[in-house]
Parts: sequence; structure tokens; C-alpha cells
Amino acid sequence: MKKLLSLVLALALCLGVMAIAHADDLIKVGIVNNPPSESGYRAANVADFEKVFSTENGYEAKTYYSIKNDEQLAAAQSFITDGVDYLLISAAETTGWDVVLTNAAEAGIGVFLFDRMIDVDEALYAAAVVSDMRQEGETAVAWLEGLGLEEYNIIHIQGAMGSDAQIGRSNPLTEKCEANDNWKLVVQQTATWDEAEAKKITESVINSGEKFNVIYAENDGMAKGAVAALDENNIAHGVGKDVVVMGFDCNKWALRELLAGNWNYDGQCSPFQAQVISDIIKSGEAPAQKIIISVEKGFDATTITEQDVLDYGLGEE
Amino acid sequence: MQEETVLSMRGICKEFPGVKALQNVDFTLRRGEIHALMGENGAGKSTLIKVLTGVYTKDAGHIQMEGTEGEANIRSPQDAQNIGISTVYQEITLCPNLTVAENMFIGREAGLLTHRKEYEKKAEQLLKNLNIPARARQELSSCSLAVQQMVAIARAVDMNCKVLILDEPTSSLDEKEVQMLFSLMRDLRSRGVGIIFVTHFLEQVYEVCDRITVLRNGELVGEYIIQDLPQVQLVAKMMGKELDETIEIDASGKKNTPTGETVYEAENLSSSEAKPFNFKISRGEVNGFTGLLGSGRSESVRAIFGADRVTGGKVRMNGKQVRISRPIDAMKNGIGYLPEDRKRDGIIADLSVRDNIILALQVMKGFFHPMSRSEMEKFADEYIHTLNIKTASKDTPVGSLSGGNQQKVILARWLLTHPEYLILDEPTRGIDIGTKLEIQRLVLKLAEENVSVTFISSEIEEMLRTCSRLIVMRDRKIVGELTGDELSQTNIMKTIAGGEKQ
Amino acid sequence: MRKAGKASWKTGGIGQLMIPLIAVGLLILFNLIRDPSFFSIHTTPGNSGGIVLTGNLISIINGASELAVLAMGMTLVTAACGGQDISVGAAAAIAGSVFVRVLKTPDVITGGTMILAFASCCVVAMLFGAFNGTLVAVFRIQPMIATLILYTCGRSIAYWINGGATPTVSSPIINAIGSYIPGVPIPTPIFIVLAVGILLALVFRFTNLRLYTQSVGINQGAAKLNGINSTMIKLLSFIILGLCVATAGCIGVSRLSLINHETLLLDVEMDAILAVAIGGNSLGGGKFRISGSILGAYIIQMLTITLYAMKVPSTNVKAYKAIVIILLVVMGSPVVKKKIADFWKHLRGSHPASVGKEAA
Repeated sequence: MKKLLSLVLALALCLGVMAIAHADDLIKVGIVNNPPSESGYRAANVADFEKVFSTENGYEAKTYYSIKNDEQLAAAQSFITDGVDYLLISAAETTGWDVVLTNAAEAGIGVFLFDRMIDVDEALYAAAVVSDMRQEGETAVAWLEGLGLEEYNIIHIQGAMGSDAQIGRSNPLTEKCEANDNWKLVVQQTATWDEAEAKKITESVINSGEKFNVIYAENDGMAKGAVAALDENNIAHGVGKDVVVMGFDCNKWALRELLAGNWNYDGQCSPFQAQVISDIIKSGEAPAQKIIISVEKGFDATTITEQDVLDYGLGEE
Repeated sequence: MQEETVLSMRGICKEFPGVKALQNVDFTLRRGEIHALMGENGAGKSTLIKVLTGVYTKDAGHIQMEGTEGEANIRSPQDAQNIGISTVYQEITLCPNLTVAENMFIGREAGLLTHRKEYEKKAEQLLKNLNIPARARQELSSCSLAVQQMVAIARAVDMNCKVLILDEPTSSLDEKEVQMLFSLMRDLRSRGVGIIFVTHFLEQVYEVCDRITVLRNGELVGEYIIQDLPQVQLVAKMMGKELDETIEIDASGKKNTPTGETVYEAENLSSSEAKPFNFKISRGEVNGFTGLLGSGRSESVRAIFGADRVTGGKVRMNGKQVRISRPIDAMKNGIGYLPEDRKRDGIIADLSVRDNIILALQVMKGFFHPMSRSEMEKFADEYIHTLNIKTASKDTPVGSLSGGNQQKVILARWLLTHPEYLILDEPTRGIDIGTKLEIQRLVLKLAEENVSVTFISSEIEEMLRTCSRLIVMRDRKIVGELTGDELSQTNIMKTIAGGEKQ
Repeated sequence: MRKAGKASWKTGGIGQLMIPLIAVGLLILFNLIRDPSFFSIHTTPGNSGGIVLTGNLISIINGASELAVLAMGMTLVTAACGGQDISVGAAAAIAGSVFVRVLKTPDVITGGTMILAFASCCVVAMLFGAFNGTLVAVFRIQPMIATLILYTCGRSIAYWINGGATPTVSSPIINAIGSYIPGVPIPTPIFIVLAVGILLALVFRFTNLRLYTQSVGINQGAAKLNGINSTMIKLLSFIILGLCVATAGCIGVSRLSLINHETLLLDVEMDAILAVAIGGNSLGGGKFRISGSILGAYIIQMLTITLYAMKVPSTNVKAYKAIVIILLVVMGSPVVKKKIADFWKHLRGSHPASVGKEAA
């Protein structure tokens, strides 16, 4: 089965090569990624790579999407056989890549990891452009502190427990609340990324009559669910209002809420690593550090611009 | 024939909740004989076999096996096999995708697969010895059903069985295959194996067996040497009527005088279960289908009602050709059908008595025309009263009623549809004598009201009391039609048994 | 007589609702002891004018709407087929996606668009219902296996309809459906559940759906011999469930003005099946009581809200839920029911006068 798959893959690649065989001067890159259907984040990530590694920018890119590690490995190996100049990988799993990456090194192919790290010797890749989930949470908490509120009574709606994003976004806030007396978690509850659950959690706080002035939801959808509960109970929220609303992911529609002043903050785990990699390739020099942490954006409703929405917003409107 | 006893069962009793399945039954099997175990449905044949093979534990009685000291202790099929009792069932219980040899030896000895050559040789030998037309390395599924059955027998024989039980082995075989099986059975008999043969094919019994044990209603009727018991006598024993004692029923009991106008007529009607047959019934006539279990009487009436997949034939209602392929077609043409198996096909156990009574009429009225609550209550009350159904209330789930009352509920269901032609398949089976008589009287009353009725019963006496015409079936074919003076127990049994073989 | 009394414990009668009613009672009692003001209802000025009612009781009844609607349909499928549809969540995601897709086609959302969107989403959901139903009724595949197909691929289909995004819609009409109609103090989803319930009651009143479904579920062979087309009835049950799925999907989408195919009514199939079971209905098919399933849905929701109000730590929520559900299901099991029935009989044995009353 795997053999058949690689055969089909190789055949497809050959056809691809023949189609653009005339363009010799292009830089050949092979991109192994997860499929765009995985999440809004991934869709943006894939779109970003398609945009940057285009023929106009001097690249000839071949891509392969799978959430299965063995299929990804087979694809990477066939890219190597195919003689690409660079191999760009967002691996499904952190292990199992040693042989393929060694083959790439022997063939003199530059390897870049993006979004996700792989558990191999640093010598086997040129650079890794990855996100630091914790940094995301810290940026958000620092922003919240910057508001200088007298009291922080926070409804903390968590993502699916144990996921990287949840841990990175939860821990800085939890620690902050433990350290400061005027930071209080009114409720800390998981809605498992589910908008409707977030709404119910918020509703239950409203019904209990407890005071709160911050909603810290670990993604945009849950923030929207919480806001729906506020709206139903006629509680004012957003810039200069009673309740501060914070979300994550920077969906376009969420950034529009910021622009309208309905929400206050949206943090992002940047899906945009393509430009950084392209810059390194074009410069022809090894980066100063092998592991490059992408800059995590955090948008403030008071400073966000229309251009930000277009540049950084994910998905459709 | 040797007279050495290999198996003896004495005073076997087995009771299930509410049913005495076996009462003080004796059974003796001798070395080198083929012994038929006969009886109608519910006689206790299969219970006896299951006690013998350890599927059921007996409530009382003794079993002794040759070669086993004292009483044989059979608690599981494994125990039975260990002391030399093997069973081959109607359905093949082997693995069709393994070879013949593998099927013969699988699961018997450890490490067999490592000696493939050896056991294949052994299997080949055995097949040759028993004249079974199969090769050891052939896949079992490529053999005919008969050969598969013979392989199962060979497997049993090789396990040193002294008693071989063949449970309806011939029901899915054709004539030639039956002969093959019989010659194997005769061969085993000559080798001293005692064979218990369970079947409902009378001719086969007379062809191959030495002795017959007849059971009826869980009791032993008797053990007979085959030459001493003519076929017609056997039928009498199975049905519980001593031939000499049969009293002709007073013909005046049959009040139904058909007008001659044909209500229902079938020409070459056949279904997935029934062979083509012709049949007609006149207005106000009560007729019956009779024959032993498996003779095809139920299958035929099911075909009339469209209960099985109808495969061919022409049907006329009141002279007009109609198409009846589903029960609803039959119902719309004024046919009602009370099925043989009340629990499986008749009652909707969890539904109330009321819902069970109005069901058929309601379905005929259509999905979008539910009856009003008061209408339902009225009908239910009416029939609970008319048929004297004993129930706590109309809302009682029908499943909690007694068998007779359940049957009355189903009768009520069909009477409510006011059918022109009502088929009653074993309406009196398993119900008390009082209700039986009520149902018989009801049938005659219906006939007076010009309803045509087909009445099927295992009890000939009952059919004689109600029917003016009897259609006799044997081996899925209509073999006779008796009317008027021909209607006597003797005649019926002769026709059932096959007149030519007395 | 005694036999009849015992049977009413098993099937139908008020006996079937006993366990869920006891559960509701216990949950209410528990909450009242924990916090006497738990069920208090407040009036708040609504954001679209007028005064609206809020409070945990409203939250529970409102929040259970989707589940209640799905439980009704699931009850029918369970009764007719003796199995469950595990694809309702995924199918709701598809229905919701179709709903939003049609809504977003014109520039302005009018009442007409709304009706068109709901109609198309009903048609699509019914088609998927018919697909499941055909597998079950015609090809005789076990319901859980048959619906596993849509369960697996449903959300991918929804993803494809949404073009990979999580589209949002904003319109006063959507708002009116998902939260409050201006001037009406009670959340709209509650009325939708009521409407579906009344509609189903009317269907039961003016057709033989209940009788046919129960007959097919209890004894398919006998139903067939009485002229009932069991294939059609099973198919119909899945199509009706499809309508319920469409309704639930639209409520879910309208609440948030957003369709997220990954999370919309996620895992709701298990809750819906649970609601049917808690309602005292046999998952093996046969007799059923829709009211029991609706009650089951509210019990599940009440449990969730109680746990939120108790601020049970995130990681423990599921464990607590599981404990309560195990208790409920065990209490409703035939073995325990029989024990309880015997216990009652024993108690009443000392008052012979009341025995007759019970049987009647």
C-alpha cells in the first residue's frame, strides 16, 4: 500500500516536473504539511506558504498534505529523490524522521522545520521556525495587566484540557492570579473549544450574580459564545465598557469585532512562517540561531487597523 | 442384529417453566442399530437429544453408557463427546473454508498442524474406509452438502463414538444425496455404531431404520421394531389416536353447506417456501389442510396470504383476478390470517390488548386515518366481550395474557376486519380445552355467516368436527382431497401415511 | 391482576417516567440545599428592548433545546429500529452549514431568505436521514454501523460546505431565533422545542405513526403480517430525525451567529441517546415515550449547569457527570426496576386494599 502510494506520488511529481520543466532557474522546494482541513490555523498556514513560495517569488513548490506521519515520510523521501533544493516540513509526529533527514543531508538538501519541532539532532536541519504557545499566553496576560484595572475578576474559559494551546494560554494567567491578590478567577472551566459550552459557563456565572469584568477565552469561538451570553443579559462589553473580552486565534470576523470595539484583545499563534524561511533561503546564509520563535501578535482594539485585519486575519469573513 | 445395549435412558424427566417437556421417558439404543426417534412438534424429541448431549441437565432419571461404570455423568456437550456420544446437526457446524482433513481433526489434538502430512494421510484413509467421495486436501465448501454432512459424521466416527445422533440430517439433501448418506449409515451400523436418527420423513424411516421410539407430549408412546409397525400405525401413534378406537365424528356437526360460489381460487400458486399448488374455497365453506409437520401445509396458506415472497401463480377473488404479493394486498381483498406461531408472528407482546385488537383494521384504514380513541375502545370492548377474553383491562400488554386469551385477541383482530376468507393456522395449539371448543364453535358460526374459513390443526379430530373438506399434504405436495363420507380418521391417516404403504 | 401491574413498570404507564422524575426531584433538591437562590428567576432589560427573564432555570430549559429536539427524533429511530443514530451531531453540522451558506448568499437577510435557508437545511438533513434509513431499513445494517459512515465523514462534508472557514452571520432575525424575540421575555429556542413537540403530538394524533412504529419495534414479523410496511416505517423514523437534526442545527447556529463545523453540537449524539435511555425508553426498540426523552434531555442539561455552578474543576467535570449518569442508568435498569417493584409490592402487601388499585 505504502509502495503504491509513493509510486503514485512519484508519478504525480514527474508529471509536475514535466509541466514546468522550462523554468530551470526557479528554486525547488518540497513542502510537507498537515492538510488545510485540520483547522482554521492550518488553512491560513497553507495559504501563507502558497503565497510566499510562488512562481512569482522565484520558487517551484511541490506540496504534500497528510496528518499521517508515514505518508509524510514517504512524501519527503520522494521529494529528496526528486532532487528538490529545500525541504520544508511540518511533521505530524515528532519522531521517526532521522533516516529521511539524514538522506536529505547526504543529498545536500536544506531542511527547514516550521510550526512543529521534530525530535532529531540539530545538525540535520538548517532552521526551525516554531511557535511558543506560552509566549502567547504571557503576551496576553501582560496586555491585560497593562490595562491597570483595580480588580481583575476573570471568567477563564479553557480549551480542550491538555492540548498545547490550552496549556500555553492557561498557565501564565493561572500563575498571575495565584501571585496577585487583586487578580481573581471567578471561574476556570473548560468548554473544550465549544462555543455553546462557553456560553453556558458564562451564563452560569451571570446567574450566580458574581461580579466579573474580564472574559479570557482561549479561542475566538468561545469568546463569541461568552459574548452571546453577555448580550442576552444586556451586559456591556468591549472598549470602555464593563467587561473586557479577550480571545485567541485572530479569525477575520473576530478582528472585526475588535475593530468595532466589541472585544478588547485577540492574541495569535502565528501561522505565518513562510516569509521567515524564504528570507533565510534568499539570503543564502545560515541563521544566527537554529530555532526561531515566531513573533506572536496580540491585537488591541484601540490600535487595530483595517490593514491588520486583512494582513493577519484568518479565514473568510 | 445384536442385542447388546449401548445406551440406556430410564425415567428421564425435564421440566421448563410451565411445561413438562419430558415425563418419565425411557430410551434404549443397541449396538449396531439405526433407531428412529419420532414424534410431532413438541413431543420432546429435541429435549431428549439435548439431555443426552448435555445441553440440558435432566431433572430426574438415569443414563447408562456402555463402557462407563455406573451412571453416565453428562453435564456438557464435551462430557457427552468424551464418553462416546457425537451429534451431527441439520446445519453444518464445520468450517467451510478449511480443508476436509483440517475439519476432521481441528481442535482435537495439540500440535496437529505441525503434522500436516500425517493427518492428511489419516483423513484420506478414513474417507476411503467410509466410501466418502471427498479428498483430504479439498476445501470443505467445494463439497456438496451431503458430503459435508458425511465429513461431519466421519469426524464423529473417528472420535470413537458409540452413539451417533443425526438430527434431521436429510432435510436439505436431494434424493441422490440421501441415498449416499443412508449407505454410510448402513456401513456404520455394520461396524457396530448405534445411530439415533431424528427425522420427519416417514419413508426414510422405513427405508433405513431398525427400530422406532415414538414420543408424544413429552411422554413415551412405545418402542417398536420396524416390521411390526405399519406406516399408518406410526402416524396414529404420533398423533395419539389408536386406529381401532377412532370414532367417526357425527357428520351433523358440520353445518356448513357451501353455496358453490367460489370466493378464492389459486392456480399454480408458489412462494419462496411453497411448491406450486392449486386451491379454491367456496363461500361459507370450512376446509382444512392437514399433513405432518413439514408437509408444507403452513407454507401453502402463507403463500395465499402473501406472507412469504410469492413467486408465481394466478389468484382470483370472487372470479376477478387480483395480485396478492404482500399481506396488505390479501387484507384489502378480504383475507385474514392467524399465523401458526402466535408468539413470533401473531401478538405484539408489549402493546395493549386494545392496540392488538384494532391493529389489522387500523392498518387497512391507512396510515393517515387513525381511529378515534372512543372507536378503538368500542371495538376492543365489543370483542373482549364477544370472545370472552380474560384480561385485567384493555390496556394490559397482551404478552401477559394466557396463551388461549392471546389467541382470542388475534382472532378478534381478524374478525374486526370482517374478512370474506379467514385462514386459521393452528389456532388451538397449546391452549386449554375450553378455549379450543369456543374457537371451533366460532369457526362454524362464521361459516354460517358465509365467511370461508381454512382451518389447520394437528388434531385430526378437531378438523373433522369443523371441516367439510380436507386437503392432505405430504412432502410439500397435495396428495389428496377428502370430502363427505371420505372424511374419517382412518382415511385421513392412510392418506397422510401414503395409502400404498400400509 | 398482579401481572398487569408489574408489566406497567416495564412498558409505558407512569412507571416509565418514575426514574427520570425522581432524578429531576433529586437534582432540584440538591441545588436548593446547596444554594436556595439557584432557581431564582430575574428580570433584566433585554438588549433588544423589553424585559427578559434570566436565571439558571431559564438557562437549563433554553440550553437543552437542541438536545431535546434531537432526543425526540432519536426516540422514534430507537423505537422503530432498535438501534441508535450516532451521526446526528455530524449531520447537524452539515445542516447548520447549509443554513448559513444559503443565508449568506444574498446581501441582506430577509424573512424570505430565512425560510429558504431553513427549508434547504431541512431538505439536506432529510436526505442524509434517508441515506441512513436506507442502509438500516433496506440493507438491514445495524443502525450504529450504518450511521457510523456519516458520523465519520459528516464534519468533513460540513467543512467543505463552509469552504474551510467558520462563517459568521449577523442579522436581527438570526438573533431573534437564537436568543430573544424583541418584546418576548422567554428565549426563542424554548418555543421551538414546544413547537416541535406539538407538531409531533399532532402527527401522532392524526396518523398511525405511534402504533406502526411500536409494532415494528416490538415484533417486526407480526407487524409485517398485519400489513405494516416496516421498511417504510424505519425509513420514516430516520427522515423525521433528519428534520429534528435540521432544527437543532439551526438553533445551534443562531445562538452564536456562527457555524463552526468542528464544534457545533459536538458529541451530542451520545447525550441524545442518553436522554432516550434516561427517559425510560428501551434502547432495544418497541414502546416509547417522547416525554420521557425530553425529560432526559433536561436532566442532562440540569446536571451540566449544576456542575458549572458548583465550579467543579475542568478536569473533573466528566468524571462527575459519569457518576451521576451511571446511577441514573442503573436505577432505570430492568433488574433494579424489578427490585423496586417487588419492594413496593412487599410494602403494599400489608395493605391488601391498595393492591387492586395499583393493578387498575
